[in-house]
Amino acid sequence: MKRWLPLVFFIVLVGFFAKGLFLDPREVPSPFIGRQAPMFTLPLVGDANASFSPADMKGRVWMLNVWAPWCVSCRQEHGFLMQLAQARVIPIVGLNWKDKDREAEALLARIGSPYMAVPEDLDGRVGIDYGVTGTPETYIIDQAGIVRLKHIGPIGPEVWKDKFEPKLKELGA
Amino acid sequence: MKPRHKKLALITLVVAALGVAVALVLNAFNSNLVFFFSPTQIVNGEAPTSRAFRIGGLVEAGSIKREADGLTTTFVVTDTAKSIPVTYTGILPDLFKEGKGVVAEGRLGSDGRFTATQVLAKHDENYMPPEAAHALEQAAKAQQTIVK
Amino acid sequence: MIPELGHFALILALLLALTQSILPLVGAHRGNLTLMGVARPAAQGQFVFTALAFACLAYSFLTNDFSVENVARNSFSQLPEVYRFTATWGSHEGSLLLWVLILAFWSTAVSVFSRHLPEDMAARVIGVMGLISVGFLAFLLTTSNPFERLLPAAMDGNDMNPLLQDWGMIIHPPMLYMGYVGFAVAFAFAIAALLSGKMDVAWARWSRPWTTVAWAFLTLGIVLGSWWAYRELGWGGWWFWDPTENASFMPWLAGTALIHSLAVTEKRGAFKAWTVLLALVAFSLSLLGTFLVRSGVLSSVHAFATDPARGAFILGFLAVVIGGSLVLYAWRAPKMITGSGFTWFSRESLLLANNVILIAALGSVLLGTLYPLFMDAMGLGKISVGPPYFNAVFVPVMVPALFLMAIGPLVRWKEASLPDVATRLKWALAVALAIGLLLPLVLDGFNPWASLGFFLATWITLAVLAGFADRLKYGQGSLMHKLSSLPRGFWGMQLAHFGMAVGIAGIAVVANYQSERDVRMEPGSYAELAGYTFIFRGTTEHEGPNYRAARGTLEVSQNGKPVATLHPEKRTYNAGGMGMTEAAVHPNIFRDVYVAMGEQLEGQNDAWTVRLFYKPFINWLWFGALFMVIGGFLAASDKRYRIALRSREVPKHLAAQGA
Repeated sequence: MKRWLPLVFFIVLVGFFAKGLFLDPREVPSPFIGRQAPMFTLPLVGDANASFSPADMKGRVWMLNVWAPWCVSCRQEHGFLMQLAQARVIPIVGLNWKDKDREAEALLARIGSPYMAVPEDLDGRVGIDYGVTGTPETYIIDQAGIVRLKHIGPIGPEVWKDKFEPKLKELGA
Repeated sequence: MKPRHKKLALITLVVAALGVAVALVLNAFNSNLVFFFSPTQIVNGEAPTSRAFRIGGLVEAGSIKREADGLTTTFVVTDTAKSIPVTYTGILPDLFKEGKGVVAEGRLGSDGRFTATQVLAKHDENYMPPEAAHALEQAAKAQQTIVK
Repeated sequence: MIPELGHFALILALLLALTQSILPLVGAHRGNLTLMGVARPAAQGQFVFTALAFACLAYSFLTNDFSVENVARNSFSQLPEVYRFTATWGSHEGSLLLWVLILAFWSTAVSVFSRHLPEDMAARVIGVMGLISVGFLAFLLTTSNPFERLLPAAMDGNDMNPLLQDWGMIIHPPMLYMGYVGFAVAFAFAIAALLSGKMDVAWARWSRPWTTVAWAFLTLGIVLGSWWAYRELGWGGWWFWDPTENASFMPWLAGTALIHSLAVTEKRGAFKAWTVLLALVAFSLSLLGTFLVRSGVLSSVHAFATDPARGAFILGFLAVVIGGSLVLYAWRAPKMITGSGFTWFSRESLLLANNVILIAALGSVLLGTLYPLFMDAMGLGKISVGPPYFNAVFVPVMVPALFLMAIGPLVRWKEASLPDVATRLKWALAVALAIGLLLPLVLDGFNPWASLGFFLATWITLAVLAGFADRLKYGQGSLMHKLSSLPRGFWGMQLAHFGMAVGIAGIAVVANYQSERDVRMEPGSYAELAGYTFIFRGTTEHEGPNYRAARGTLEVSQNGKPVATLHPEKRTYNAGGMGMTEAAVHPNIFRDVYVAMGEQLEGQNDAWTVRLFYKPFINWLWFGALFMVIGGFLAASDKRYRIALRSREVPKHLAAQGA
């Protein structure tokens, strides 16, 4: 049997490589995919009397974008989100996460807002419900309120084309 | 020598060689593996003070100071969340610059100051030492959850 | 136009490589001489087109065609012409193209120098090499096209990494690849033998000179790399146990084991299965080394995640080539009948010990190199395995092999007498022990590592002399006549062993008696190191072709007598603004005086940090390695391989039956 030893050794080696090399550290599987999006009701930035809840979006495919005014990568994807909003591709809700300095309203007024609503998650509790590890993170939620996709990091044309478009097509939106 | 004896001798030889090699490897691993810690981990007290390890991150802008002897340099290594002051005596590599990635090997003093015995020189400007990149990545994640 | 021509030539080369592999292999299997005959012209054609593609890329580099992405990323208009040429293989894509070119070159060499081989053997060897070419060409064309256009074209290039702008780096990669790829010939011979089921002594004799030449090239490549690192990195070190270095060192260890076990297989018909396995391993490690270095996996295991196509291709290719050959080995190995027996003390047993030790050493290097990768892949944290590990494991493992290396050539095949050998070597042992013990005491006090090094170096040298004395005892004629009539194989072996002794002596001295100082210097100030006085005369502005430099002047003297004036530089390259230290070295056979400039100290009048090194015997290392290289080439050119082969030529109808 010893003549098989080199082969066995090599297979173990390849196994390691395959496991290690193709693990993308950014791909954290979200336990929420395929489950009901956690419920919340939060006041809106700029209008504390109005509020937003995922229940408002029932029957529509929509995108929840977790961002913050202090987040640099969010500024990076801002331009692309503006394009999406202008082309009315999908309704985008921007969860304003841990904005302790309350900068969001002024910032959006200055650079423009791609969001149809900006709920304010001051203490980050809703973010925890969604398993947010950092900003920006983006979720696609379907007509039945089920999370269908989670993306960590900024969105650009390529990510959109490779990851979001096929999913949206699948959802018929 | 009979084939059977030859085989036995061969196996003994191989086993002996493997045994020696394994013993040496284990011994060397025990004392010579250099672990890596990010500034955040060090501030959290996860790094040992009893043995040498590596620290990685960015050289904080404006933190490089040279002592009067011209050879001792102090600087601050940061992963953007936490920072550790570092002292090094000797000539620094060409690619050592403020705002650039750095990896240093040395020991942590009880005063929280890291004394480097070696600041790693890398071959390429565009190349971030993997440990430094790792530290920044970790910190970026941590920062977004902790800070603010 | 030229880049498109190159791209087209690559596609044609791929088609020819397919022809070169499929038809001859089918032909050899079926005993069809016409199909087998395709092998040689196809291999030569493939070489022509690969060379054309390479020439096109080199042309794009030389003419600064920045509409080619590869050129724009790796070259620069102010770069001197010679570096623009070497930039051709400076990138991932370019270096793979060089790999393919060298593989095609070796295939062509086999096609020319295989007239004496049975037709089916030659067809299989060339066919297997063609398969490897197919893999690499497909990899180039599908994931790493070196001729990719950049639209719009860049105004100027990004420049070549300044560290690579050095004489040593001009020839290091081609030599290294000659070695790596040379093992493909040994690999192809092994696969051909497994396919045909004929693993006889003739097979070992055919593949032996090829393997030895490849080994010599690899040795040269590694040494050039080490020499480059020593002069260019400005740290005075010559071996860092860096993963990149280990990637080339592992095939060297396997190759060294292979050339020794091939000797046993050729002379005694023993170790057949083992030799075949080593041939597979040596080339597998070459492939692994190429990919480890070129894929960027070593800097991060997640490098592939950024380009999954490349990663998948590489892993798939490795799995097919290495996995496939190991399956073939496991399937065919039982067919190999071991030759005559031998006793526990014989040339065979000593060579076996050499092999076992070399493989154990190889294992320890492999483990140390891949361990951080495994830890990272398994999410167990970041660690690094540095030189202390390798020194603590590799050196003790290798010491017995170095000790036995002296005895091996003096011991007879099959059965030798230990008392007889002991009698012949007792003086050598006594002298070596005395020198090992006393020399460090005279130099600098007791030092066990220096003692060990001196002992081994003397021991091997004396044994080499004893080997010559043995051979010269018999026969008539003058000493010169007798020396010149010794076979080249013998000369080669002894020269290589002697080179090892010289290298060990060099390492023992430089590792134990070198000294270095970091000092602060301003014009007129001086520093002392190892009996030398260094006076700093300030710096002047110096303008290079693609950089600006502060060029220092240091006068070196010993006991008041001037030795040299050195001009180390601190350069800033125009393209990236990258700073670089250019060390200045004054060499002689017993020592190097080595000076590198650190940084200019702010607010002070032309004051700099300067690093001074005294490196005794460092050059013995390069000389020793050079002896090994020359020894390898000499041994491969032994006329036994040419004459004895012709008489063994197998009639064609018999050869065809072997299929």
